[in-house]
Amino acid sequence: MLIDSTLCIGCQACVDACREANGVVMDPTPNNFEGWNAAQTWDIAQDLDGETLNVIRLWRSGNATVKDAEEDGFAFGKRHCLHCVDPSCISVCPVQAMTKDPVTGIVGYDPDACIGCRYCSYGCPFGVPQFDLNSAFGQINKCQMCRHLQAEGKIPACCDVCPTGASLFGPVDLLQAEAERRLAATPGSLMSFPRGDITQDRPRHEKAVPHYIRQTYGEHEVGGTQVRYLSAVPFESIGLPKLDSFAPSRLSEGLQHTLYKWMIAPVLAVVGAAWLVRRNRVAAERDRGEEV
Amino acid sequence: MFHAQPDLETVLGDDPDAPIARFGNVTRRQIFKFCAGVAATMGLSSAAGVKMAQAATNPSRPPVIWISGQECTGCTESLLRAYHPSLESLILDLISLDYHYVLCSGAGKQATDYKHKIMEERRGEYILVTEGGTPMKDGGIYCKSGGHTHVDLVREAAAGAAAIVAIGSCASWGGVQSTSPNPTGSVGTHEVIPDKTVVNIPGCPPNPYNFLSTVLHLLTFGRPPALDALNRPRFAYGRLIHENCERRPHFDAGRFALEFGDEGHRQGFCLYKIGCKGPETYANCPAVGFGDVGQGTWPVGVGAPCFGCTEQGIGFEKPVHALADLKTQTPPSLYPGVDAPKGKGASAAAAAAVAGVAGVAIGAGAMMLRGMGAKSDEDKGASDGEA
Amino acid sequence: MASRFERLHAPLITPLTLVLAVIAAAAAWFIYLRFQLGLGAIANINAGYPWGLWVVVDVVIGSALGCGGFAMALLIYIFNRGALSPLMRPALLGGLFGYSLAGAAVLFDLGRWWQFYNILTPWHWNLNSVMLEIALCVFVYVVVLWLEFSPALFERFGWKGLRQFAENWMWLLIALGVVLPFMHQSSLGSALVVLGHKLDPLYNTAFLPLLFVTSAIAMGFGVVVVEATVVSHSFRRASEHALLVQVAAVMAWLLIGWTLFRWGEVAYRGALGGVLAWSGATVSLWLETLLALFAALVCLSGARNDARWLFMAGVAVLLFGSVYRVASYLVAYHPVGNYSYFPSFPELVITIGVIAFEVLAYLVFVKVFPVLGAHGAAHPARK
Repeated sequence: MLIDSTLCIGCQACVDACREANGVVMDPTPNNFEGWNAAQTWDIAQDLDGETLNVIRLWRSGNATVKDAEEDGFAFGKRHCLHCVDPSCISVCPVQAMTKDPVTGIVGYDPDACIGCRYCSYGCPFGVPQFDLNSAFGQINKCQMCRHLQAEGKIPACCDVCPTGASLFGPVDLLQAEAERRLAATPGSLMSFPRGDITQDRPRHEKAVPHYIRQTYGEHEVGGTQVRYLSAVPFESIGLPKLDSFAPSRLSEGLQHTLYKWMIAPVLAVVGAAWLVRRNRVAAERDRGEEV
Repeated sequence: MFHAQPDLETVLGDDPDAPIARFGNVTRRQIFKFCAGVAATMGLSSAAGVKMAQAATNPSRPPVIWISGQECTGCTESLLRAYHPSLESLILDLISLDYHYVLCSGAGKQATDYKHKIMEERRGEYILVTEGGTPMKDGGIYCKSGGHTHVDLVREAAAGAAAIVAIGSCASWGGVQSTSPNPTGSVGTHEVIPDKTVVNIPGCPPNPYNFLSTVLHLLTFGRPPALDALNRPRFAYGRLIHENCERRPHFDAGRFALEFGDEGHRQGFCLYKIGCKGPETYANCPAVGFGDVGQGTWPVGVGAPCFGCTEQGIGFEKPVHALADLKTQTPPSLYPGVDAPKGKGASAAAAAAVAGVAGVAIGAGAMMLRGMGAKSDEDKGASDGEA
Repeated sequence: MASRFERLHAPLITPLTLVLAVIAAAAAWFIYLRFQLGLGAIANINAGYPWGLWVVVDVVIGSALGCGGFAMALLIYIFNRGALSPLMRPALLGGLFGYSLAGAAVLFDLGRWWQFYNILTPWHWNLNSVMLEIALCVFVYVVVLWLEFSPALFERFGWKGLRQFAENWMWLLIALGVVLPFMHQSSLGSALVVLGHKLDPLYNTAFLPLLFVTSAIAMGFGVVVVEATVVSHSFRRASEHALLVQVAAVMAWLLIGWTLFRWGEVAYRGALGGVLAWSGATVSLWLETLLALFAALVCLSGARNDARWLFMAGVAVLLFGSVYRVASYLVAYHPVGNYSYFPSFPELVITIGVIAFEVLAYLVFVKVFPVLGAHGAAHPARK
């Protein structure tokens, strides 16, 4: 999936489509708007939570009049699972409730395995998987790239509905090439932008090329992600943390596998400790015997 | 149509063939004939012609001079289709449309002379309306009338005008002929007379009521209505089409027509994906409609994407299929902020619990230390012995 | 073999035990509500802070406080300080409750607790997961602790055969009891390595497991010092001060080494630039350093001969370890997004209640089972 923040118009059609496709309930009452939304007409989820899988958030600076400008500007950031190549959530989950599809690379979730420890929430570099805290029998919720729709030959609801192609679905290599095409184009020149699925022949649209930050976010971050971003404002502004290309789960896994390789070290430690204990207990008994 | 007929004799007066200096030595009979002709053109009864003649001779109404440059007369046509007030009540009861080369039956020198006469006699009182763009390239030779370039005519008429209204996109910002490469160097009226305030009523054509209402405002209050940065009346151009569009809920819910004639298009879904420029075009089309035949009578209402006719740089300039940039004065305040603070702070009870536990722990510790002090003195001998 | 341990002869019901019982009951009520209404209704944990007070205090700190048995076993059996063995069984009991309740606390913190047994079924195991190691290791260790403690129960009930059997295999249990905490206490540190950018540079290091396990051992010694002092004072038993001073010396050198390594490591990574900034992580770092150095200073100076100073040093070590753990898991943890967290009142009550229950159970056990060192009844006549 390629998310181009400069194409996003903030219509939130993707948020709505996501709710419909995944049967997500509305989240009408964040703290700061209580009273105003008493009839609970509006869905105004503030961030990903146990119910919301996708949210469009607004970044603004100064008087926020120019889209995608750094000063006095505003921009929209789409937030959902980035489907890491080397996902921390899968690394940390003790019971294999988080899975990575070997073909599509979708990071999926199996509620029947999950014990609800929320380590995936805690460990995810983007804070994506969320436990539904409002239910007595909750579960983790995260974007699974509408894998149930993909099984029917459809594409993820957010990409399907996006009017501008700001959310674009397709194989990662094609999307990366598309991102590089956009970065290579001269800002201001007209360019045609695909919509929906990059492999399908959907109607494209023309638009002037914006002044992109010269980076595809997700190409290298935490070892690469399958959702990539383009933006004209710094990625941190639209809620994407600055990360280096190293997946921290590699480090923790390496650490654990070194310490526990074939359980050799622990077993040796137990044997050694047992030998010392036997020897020293005998000595202790003898000392005590003398003492008493 | 059968109103109480004004007495023809009264209208013609004692000496219908005497030339009247005020009207450029035109006789009263000639005026009557002219007005009757205009009324006939507009499909009005001959009685209206009489009324018109009466009104036209009423010196209390402000004269209007309407000059046309690079235009298609669409704006005039649009105006002719207004019904409240209708054009005739405008030009009969409210203003004296003294020069309009489509609507006046006099032509050539006769009409032009009359225009000059009004401009002299009612200097500082008349309203100037410009329709059509003004070509500036090569000295403005690409649009001439009576041997004079349009740019000169505009400047001449503007010099003594009490108020200037530019009707239509061409007069407002150049319109279709200003589209790149703009071979005639066409510009809007306000660029020809930068020292004057020009009220712009853009649109192709503009909604007649935006023009009529502006004129009514001028007549009633003697000043133009509140204007935006582009000198457009705020009442008409204050909001994006997108904001009042009846298809907006489809946009918000993500229901779009993808191609002309597809399922979404027939369902009346949002036309954004097929190039509707409503999100970047300021106009009141969805609120006012056209043709006085009920709701939904405007382009988007009948399934044609807005093409942004009122907006410079969009109408005629941006490809029809190109997506609109979603314009807003400021982004929606209800959208979640990236940095919005989240999470509950310490409640009074929680803070009290923490303080209480800390207090009890410190208190118990202190009590114990004091007790131990007393005890350790007592035990000194014993522990020394043990060690 | 005559028992070297004895029961404490004191009434079971006292004002203190009553108060503790009331607090524990309040906690039980809120735990009931948590199961009835869900986590969000009781706890302030949120999308940014999925782990709150329960994980950090009940599990991470709770298990570290349970390291008394581990630390003493290490000293007595591995480093052959047999003289310290009277301190062993009380420390073991503390560990038993620390760990058992840490395990119990996990149950109400787990979102899908009714599936917790998945972690015990090998076909669900994810061998990459630090959490799996912690869970299994703690589970086994709790069993080992109970077995290690079982002679006290068998003594009480007079089951000589079983007691002898347990004693015969004790060498294996003790060996396991020494090795297992090394594994899961270090893993509690490894668990944070995966946080990457979400953990403050002052805390984020590949040496987290080492820092966690060594500070847990220090806390284990701290617990022994505090617990022995409180017990001997409260129940008017002979002071074990002479033994505690030996423990304190080991603890002091451990703390000094730990602090030097901690700062050296931060400096080596070039993260020292942040130590003067005003942030939670910085304040925590200074706080833990000062607490550790205070304790070390007391334990190595003449002040250690005063039971009061030694007690304060023990408390300082417990605070030191707690600050380090709270900081690592919550204060130096930077969630993605502008989130804040402070435990809610019910959340606090549950944690306090769990601790109250732990103390209560300890008090009951020392009065019912032979736990305390037998030599200590020096003042049985004192009222």
